[in-house]
Amino acid sequence: MRLEYFQLIDRVIDIDLNGRTIRAEAIVPTTSTIFEGHFPGHPLMPGVLLLEAMAQTSGWLIIGLTQFTRMPFLAAFKEAKLRTFVTPGQCLSLSAEIVHEGSGFAVTKAAIRLEGKLACNAEITFRLVDFPSPEFRVSMEKVAAAISFPQAARANG
Amino acid sequence: MSSTCDTVFNIISETCDIPRETIKPESHAINDLGIDSLDFLDVAFAIDKTFGIKMPIEQWTQEVNEGRATTDQYFVLQNLCARIDELVAAKKA
Repeated sequence: MRLEYFQLIDRVIDIDLNGRTIRAEAIVPTTSTIFEGHFPGHPLMPGVLLLEAMAQTSGWLIIGLTQFTRMPFLAAFKEAKLRTFVTPGQCLSLSAEIVHEGSGFAVTKAAIRLEGKLACNAEITFRLVDFPSPEFRVSMEKVAAAISFPQAARANG
Repeated sequence: MSSTCDTVFNIISETCDIPRETIKPESHAINDLGIDSLDFLDVAFAIDKTFGIKMPIEQWTQEVNEGRATTDQYFVLQNLCARIDELVAAKKA
């Protein structure tokens, strides 16, 4: 997890384009200025960043399904639940599945598990738009490579 | 009123928190009911799920932006319901 770059996913473990699911993992850094304020003497991964991690996981699934032709932008969370505290150093197991692919939007269900136990989950809606610029797409492809996004899911991108 | 309209009006009422009695066949979803783009995504999601279709919203928007259609054709509710009926019929065909 590179919080300073807002990169919440360390590695895509697998993506199933037929089953429309993705699994990823991320380790919460042991040190970050965020934990100095959230909270002093009781460091916790902020809930908004856990939601963002689920959104990024879902987003990579959508990017894979659209073969890098559309960029998903976060539009809504529903039924977001933060069930347990997440602390520095913990390994997050992230997953997402497509609930619906609409015209210009997609809805996913995403979850974070800690050692197999459900820690967070939400239903997330995204607007899908063409990449705003070629540079944007190139930058996303670089991030994809950095997080081990499967080459097969990028082959037609 | 058609059963499609009845279902769509209920979806709009529940999704957008608009009193059911204010929703009319001649209502324009955006201009009269004030449904914004985010709420319309929720409405579209519910309609797609309920009717088992995929409303081609991007195509409709493009037609409007290019001047080949008016928003009334797709966003006045009786017209929207007619489009939904067409999509359902096309799926069954």
